[in-house]
Amino acid sequence: MNKIMIGLLVGALLGAIDGATAWFTPEVRNEMTGIIIGSTMKGLITGLIAGFVARKVNSVAIGVLVGLSVQAALSLAVAYAQGDHYLEIILPGSIVGAIVGFATQRYPASQRSEVATASR
Amino acid sequence: MRVSNKTLDHLRALVTSGVDRYELLEEIGRGGLGTVYAALDTRLDRRVALKVLNVPDLESESRILARLEHPGVVPVYDSGVLPDGRTFYAMKLIEGIRLDRYAEQAHSINERLRVFEKVCEPVAFAHARGVLHRDLKPSNIMIGSFGEVLVLDWGIPGVMGTAGFIPPEQVAGELGDVFALGRVLTRLTGDGAPKPVRAIAEKASSFRAERRYAGVAQLMSDVARYLDGERVMAYRENPLEWVGRMLTRHRVVAALLVTYLVMRIALIFITRR
Repeated sequence: MNKIMIGLLVGALLGAIDGATAWFTPEVRNEMTGIIIGSTMKGLITGLIAGFVARKVNSVAIGVLVGLSVQAALSLAVAYAQGDHYLEIILPGSIVGAIVGFATQRYPASQRSEVATASR
Repeated sequence: MRVSNKTLDHLRALVTSGVDRYELLEEIGRGGLGTVYAALDTRLDRRVALKVLNVPDLESESRILARLEHPGVVPVYDSGVLPDGRTFYAMKLIEGIRLDRYAEQAHSINERLRVFEKVCEPVAFAHARGVLHRDLKPSNIMIGSFGEVLVLDWGIPGVMGTAGFIPPEQVAGELGDVFALGRVLTRLTGDGAPKPVRAIAEKASSFRAERRYAGVAQLMSDVARYLDGERVMAYRENPLEWVGRMLTRHRVVAALLVTYLVMRIALIFITRR
């Protein structure tokens, strides 16, 4: 599996889970579907960008920074559009971005043991 | 290890009369089949290790070594026969420490295992070319000053090995070297080694040959799995150990997930006030 696919998968999965946590905020429970779809889209965009970066640059720090920045920017835009819940959207969203950025840099991991065996 | 002046003078005379090239400096090692001297190659003005074999009719170790061009095998520079019929050969003089001394020093388990991998590499390489070592033990392994690991004293037919590193079966084979490597791993990592590492060493040096790794490559793969944070074939871990290994292997992701959860929970409580 290539890095872009990893980014899209992890981004979508974590984005959806992050969106689902909105259930714990009672006043937005009737908007859950839209929130989950929106959060999943944010994750997909972050995963796509982080995946592209991971193909060009091999640096965990840069990967984490890119994921975090993209998600923070997208979350800020969503929160601004809503005009409320800045902290609840931006802070967890940024962590999700950092995880996506890390995942695209580290995975798929190079299998040292398999390479070692295959080379003999 | 000391040698009498009379013997040294005799050998000096033999070597200088035989090849007129090497000046013996001191004895640096002695084994069942020969003696190794530090010598000066007067033609190239460099120090070399000169091994004089006591047994003249065996296939020369130098020819075995010449077949093994590998960074983990000491390169042979020259070989010849002394006037008394004994074979000698000159090889690179390794400046470093033996593995038994290295094992006594303070090194992390992962550093020790990386050294062990480097010990296995030339042995696996030799096996692929039909050469057995037959006498693997810590004192036959050198760690050079640049961190290179070299396996010495390659198997001359007839070598029986060293007590504690000889497999119980009578017929020498690749599994005999696997057995000795298991013992080397035990000596290298000590009693405080993690359970999976101890299991690898125990499997490799099992008294029943069929329970050992099928070859050195399989042994190396299991060591590599441990270093990569993967489950090793020789050890069945319990669920708690699995969780611990996963947390160690994916500690950054684990830390980020914990941060996320803590942040989420904190935000829920803060926004409910």
